[in-house]
Formats: sequence, structure tokens, C-alpha cells
Amino acid sequence: MAAPLVRMQGIAKRYGGVQALRGVDFEVRSGEIVCLLGENGAGKSTLMKILAGAVTGYEGEILMDGAPLRLKDTAQAMKAGIGVVFQEFNLCPNLSAVENLFLGREPRVGLGGLGRAAMRKGALKAFADLELDLDMDLAVGKLGMARQQMVEIAKALSQKPRVLILDEPSSALSSHEIAQLFRVLKALRASGLGIIYISHKLSEIRELCDRVVCLRDGQNAGEVDPRTCSEDDLVAMMVGRVLEPTKAGNRSVPSGASLLSVKGLSGPPNLSDISFELRAGEVLGLAGLMGAGRTELARLLIGAVPRSNGRVEIQGRELFPKDPSQAVAAGMAYVPEDRKTQGIIRGLSVSEHSSLSAPSRVAGRLGFFRPGRRSALSRYYIRRLRIKARPDQSALDLSGGNQQKVVLARCLATRPKVLILDEPTRGIDVGAKAEVHRLILEWAGRGLGVLLISSELPEILGLCDRVLVMHEGRLNAELRGEDLTEEAILKAAVGSEAGNTLKTYR
Amino acid sequence: MSLENKGFLRRLLANPETGILLALLGLSLFLFVMEPKFLSGTNLYLVSRQIAFTAIVALGVFFVILSSGIDLSVGSVAGLSGVACGMAMASGVAVPASVAIGLGAGALAGLVNGLLVARLGITPFIVTLGMLSMARGLVMVVTHGEAVREIPESFIAFGNSDLLGVPLVVWVLVAMALAAQVLLKYTVFGLRVMAIGGNEEASLLSGVPVKRVKIWTYTLSGACAAVSGVLFVARFRSAQSQSGFMLELDAIAACVIGGASLMGGQGTVLGVLIGATIMGVLHNGLVLLQVSAYWQELIIGAVIVLAAVVDRLRHRKR
Repeated sequence: MAAPLVRMQGIAKRYGGVQALRGVDFEVRSGEIVCLLGENGAGKSTLMKILAGAVTGYEGEILMDGAPLRLKDTAQAMKAGIGVVFQEFNLCPNLSAVENLFLGREPRVGLGGLGRAAMRKGALKAFADLELDLDMDLAVGKLGMARQQMVEIAKALSQKPRVLILDEPSSALSSHEIAQLFRVLKALRASGLGIIYISHKLSEIRELCDRVVCLRDGQNAGEVDPRTCSEDDLVAMMVGRVLEPTKAGNRSVPSGASLLSVKGLSGPPNLSDISFELRAGEVLGLAGLMGAGRTELARLLIGAVPRSNGRVEIQGRELFPKDPSQAVAAGMAYVPEDRKTQGIIRGLSVSEHSSLSAPSRVAGRLGFFRPGRRSALSRYYIRRLRIKARPDQSALDLSGGNQQKVVLARCLATRPKVLILDEPTRGIDVGAKAEVHRLILEWAGRGLGVLLISSELPEILGLCDRVLVMHEGRLNAELRGEDLTEEAILKAAVGSEAGNTLKTYR
Repeated sequence: MSLENKGFLRRLLANPETGILLALLGLSLFLFVMEPKFLSGTNLYLVSRQIAFTAIVALGVFFVILSSGIDLSVGSVAGLSGVACGMAMASGVAVPASVAIGLGAGALAGLVNGLLVARLGITPFIVTLGMLSMARGLVMVVTHGEAVREIPESFIAFGNSDLLGVPLVVWVLVAMALAAQVLLKYTVFGLRVMAIGGNEEASLLSGVPVKRVKIWTYTLSGACAAVSGVLFVARFRSAQSQSGFMLELDAIAACVIGGASLMGGQGTVLGVLIGATIMGVLHNGLVLLQVSAYWQELIIGAVIVLAAVVDRLRHRKR
């Protein structure tokens, strides 16, 4: 077996009163993909930030090729051969993919001139290596999340690292794009790179990784070969207990009348002629590849984007929202895709989040808060959603799972009839995920209609008994009962059959 | 006991207002040592009145800043409101109605700012920069640069009256500061302003009527500027075409020195009051120490930048 490229020994780190890491050992060898597993808050990110030089002031030792390495900043880590793709994108959205790729190490021509030709040449090769087909001159912000992610990876690889850290690279990708990413990672492994892969998706880990190192509460919780252990074993190692899986039998049962009726809805950028019904008590799945228009459909329904055509009814009453506040008033609520930029509000406490969208429940007619109402409202949702927080705690300081519950509470506080969930379990740990699933079914059971957008097929298959599949801005299939399988969803998502027919007729 | 003390001290030091309060005390002590007249009754009376004029305007700008906007037009709007009020009185309109006209003019200018920013989505910086010029220009057009002097004695007497030895304008400030605190902490509007400043997109998606709230913050800012502008008329016994000139600088500086973040979502009413006090004391001290007017501007500008630097360092530490 190859000698370790990087070995971390007895790493400990303290943030104020919180001991994030308590003596963790970790190593990566050349030519392997090792998965770092653990619930949110287990210390994975801290450990990787130390290795990337982004967090200093730790105890313990890092050895690179057997020689001690004391990292002072990220530039030094980069020089030592450690490349990182963090969960948050570090791209300039206004610059093109080429410009982003060479940011900070632009080739020069003469006195301070920019070597555009050299940049293009380098970028063409870098993107070709990743099988990435994109418009290199388009502002990166206009590319989809998946392509942005790949640009980010290309950027990390362009530093010629020996160790590559990937922090949940697949959370923004569709299954199709994940398969592409895996091909690239396996090729990199074969070329001798040591890859550290952080993910919550257990099936991926079993497919991709050679070794799994699990952390729990800032300590090593075990190390296994993913090919010889079951997903249940991985989960048990992570949480230290056995979780009840979401069974297909737990699927929602639509009971009542039609809550939401959408007819011929069209709008930017490419949504056209979308029609469906959502019934009380139903969890309706909305599947599709990244960029198929699922989030855009949600934003159209909630009124964040004006529609160009079509009719939407909530309980038979027409809804034509000028902005989301009107849609919310009509009984719709939306849990957005990106918790950090669209969900959680900086500076607001847990209690203020739940009061924000439901002023009529906490304030009188003139807009003055009634004493005690706000904390009572938030205590109710803290209890019902099992949020691990105090009402007056800043929501930004909570873990990802609890933040997501705070956003969910803010939506539920409006007592919606129709709830749109956009990737509600992205980037949250397994325990919190199971709870969010339980909550979705519980609230649907109370007569809510839920439209569930998710890129995770097991989640959709576990919760929905009817699934709409989008492809290039259109509904390509409606699957239910025996037709509802992973294969069928994927087929419809990549646009086969029905999608092709539509194109022919257009 | 000692533990409790330590906790209290730590909490006091962690409090964002503590630092600027200490700076204010230090500045005052320095001025007192250099010129004992600083703490004389007459001077304190003058300083407090000076501070109040700035602080009233700053309270309005504060709400705009909290929602991550900016209002550069308040100085000109204060001037416009004063002239509107003065001209109404000069043409024989009753005093209360004239005051209402002055306040209405300011609120209207603010409303126009708000509509342009929220409905058309134009950057607040450029909208209010334009309003700064337009409002001042309008004043010049209607007054030809002359002061409006036919102000009724009753209004002048009222505007310059004292209660318990404290000028009326200070009492107005106290009332408005209390109202601002209630608005911020105990109303839906206040929560929405903080939410928009914290994350506008998230607020919009969760059903906050972002445009309406923004329009209100600018209207409020214009109205607050108008209160100062109208009281200026009594103070100077005339509506001056130049009154309120550069007042936006002091008002925005008061907010920033008081710890309000220009990114929005952060700041307190108490901080703004302390910030305005620092600006007032600084102006007063430079006059008392007979610093030349040119140097005064330079020093005040430097203090504003210094406040921003200190704020930046304080945040980096965390």
C-alpha cells in the first residue's frame, strides 16, 4: 500500500467555548478516494479547513510526505499541493469561466497586459480534461449551478494539487452530472491524486470511495471499507444509533379536493405550457435535471418572477401574484433552494424568523406586536419541528439542519395551503433529513398540499406517490404507481421518448 | 460576586455602544481640559440643540440604512421643507397648516425617492444623489437664493421655547427617538426593515412586501428631515435657502459612528443618538478651540473615516 501523502495526527481545535475537534487522526494516500463522513457539526469542515490552511491555531501535527507541515494560510497550502473545492462557490459571477480559472495567476503579456490567448488555450485544455462543455465567455453567474461547480473543480485542479478536497460537490448536481463528476474523479484517482470527498449521500460513497473515515463529535468514530458494509452500517456509525428508514409505505395519501391547479403556465427563461393539479394531503414530486426549470417553476408560482402566460388557482380562486407577498397571502409558501442566500436572514433570531411572514398571528391591526405572542409562536414551532435552539438565538449560528427547520417554521407559520419545498434536505445531515421527511408527511397528513422539488431520487420515491418530471422547461412525464421507478424518472429527465416527440412537433 | 461583576463588565464591553460612549466621554474630557467653557450651561444648551437637529435627521436615515439603502438627499430635503413651511407662513397660511405643509413637502420628496428606488429598482445612491440636487435646486428656483423672512413671531417664539431649561427641539428628539425605538422593536414594520437589511431575497420569498417597506423607509427619512427643516425656520427666524447644506454628511456619519452597518440589518437607535452627539460635540469643540473652518472640515471627515475603520476592525476580531 502506498505511503500516506498527508497524515494529520491528533488534530484538536477550539472555537471559543466549543471544542470542534478533539484529537482526530486522518490520512490520505496517493491514488485513493477517501470519504470523510459525519453529521453536520461532527468536525469534518473544520478538519478540512485546517488542511486547506483556512483555519489556524490548531493542536496536533500535519505531515506531508512524512515531513511536518505547519500551514499559516491558504496560499501556503496551495503551494504545498492541497487543492480545495468548498461547498460555497468561490467564483466571481460577473467574470467568465476563463477569467475565473486564471484569477490571481493571470498570464502576462508585456507590461501588465493580459494574456488572453494563453488563458483561452489553458482553459480549453482544463475544461476538456473534465469533459466540460460550456460557453467559456459567458459570465459564470449565468451558468447553472452544476457548471459553476465544475468550473470550481477545474480551478482547483489547475493548481496541480496532489491532494484534492471536495466538500459536498454533488449537492448541487443532478444524477446525470454526478455520474460525469465521478468519471472525472476516478480518472484523477488513477493518475495518482489523493482525493478527500465529503458527502452525505451514502449511495455515492459506496460507489466512489475506497475508504470511509467517520467523525462524530470531533473524534474518530471508525473507519470502514464502503464496499463491504451496508448503508445502514454507515448511518449507524455516523449517528451512533440506528435510524428508521423512510419506507415507501409512508408515502402520502392524497385525500381531499384540488388545492392548486396550474394550466398552461409559461414564463422566463424557458418554461412553457405547464399544467398540473395538486390535491390536499398530497406530496407531489417534481424531478428533473439541474436547469430543467424546477426552481424557475417554483419562483413563477410564488410570484418572484412574472409569468408570461397561463392560469393558476388556489382552491378555485385565481392567483396572479405581483410579488411573493400576495402569493403568501393567498395561502402559498416557499422553502427556497439555497438556505444561505435565500432562506436564513442575517441578524434575525429564530423567533423573529417565524414572526416575519405571519404578522397577523403576532401583531394587532396597527402592526404593534402583542406581548408574548412572538415567543409563544416560535416556541410552538421549536417544539413541533424539534428545532434545537432558543427563540432568541440568532438563526445564522445554528447548524444546517436546524436552519432549514427555521425556514420551514417560517413557512408553516403562515398556515399555507400549498407548500413548495425546493431541495429541502440539501446539505443537512442524515438525522435532520429523516426529521424533515417526517415533518413533510405529517403536515401533508393535515391536509396541506406539498410540491417537493428534489434531485435525490430516493427522497422523491420515498415521499411521493405521483411525480412530475421536467425537461428543458416542460413537463415531460407524470409517473405514478408501478410506473414510478428511478429508471423511469431518469429517462424522462434526460428527455427521452415523450421529450423527443415534443421537440419534433415544435 | 466577583464572577457576577466580571460577567457584567464583559457584557458591557461586548455591547457595541460601549466603545463609542467611551470615545464620546474621552472627547468631552479632552475638550473640557482644553477649554473649561465646554461644560458651561450656555454651551451645553447650544450643543444639545445642535445635536438634536442632526439626530432627528439621522433617525430617519437610520431606517433607510437598516434596510441596506442610503439617503443622501436629507440635507436638501430639510432645506426644501423649511422653505415650504416658511413661504406658507409668509403668505398668510396659519402656523399649524404651514408646519403640515413643510412636513408634507419632506415626506413627499422621500416618497419620490422611495418610489424610484423600489418600483423602478434604481440604485438608492443615484436616486437620492439626484434628489439632493433637485430639492436644493427647487429651493433656489422659488426663493431666488433669498431667505424668506416674514415668519410670524408666534412660531419663532414657540420654536425657540424651552421646557425645564431644555430646548424644544431636544424634547422633539427625545419623543422621536422613543418612537423610533418602539417602531424598530415592537412593530411588524421594524422587523421587516431589519429582515430586508439582513437578506432581501429571503425576505421577499417569505412574503415580506419588500417594495412597500422600502417606500415607507424613504418617506420616513424625508419626513424626519422635514422636522429638522421646519424647526430650523424658527431657530434662524427665517427660511434660509442654504439651510441643511451638507447635513446629510453629519446624519449618515452619526449612523455609521453609532455602529449602523451600511450593509444593512445592523444598528441601534441608542447608537445613532451617541453618534449624533459625537458629531455635535466635535463641531462645537472645534469652534471653541478656534480651529480654522478649513481644518474643521478636514478633521470631521477624518473622524468619519476613522469610525468606519474602527468598525471594520471590531468586526474582524470576531
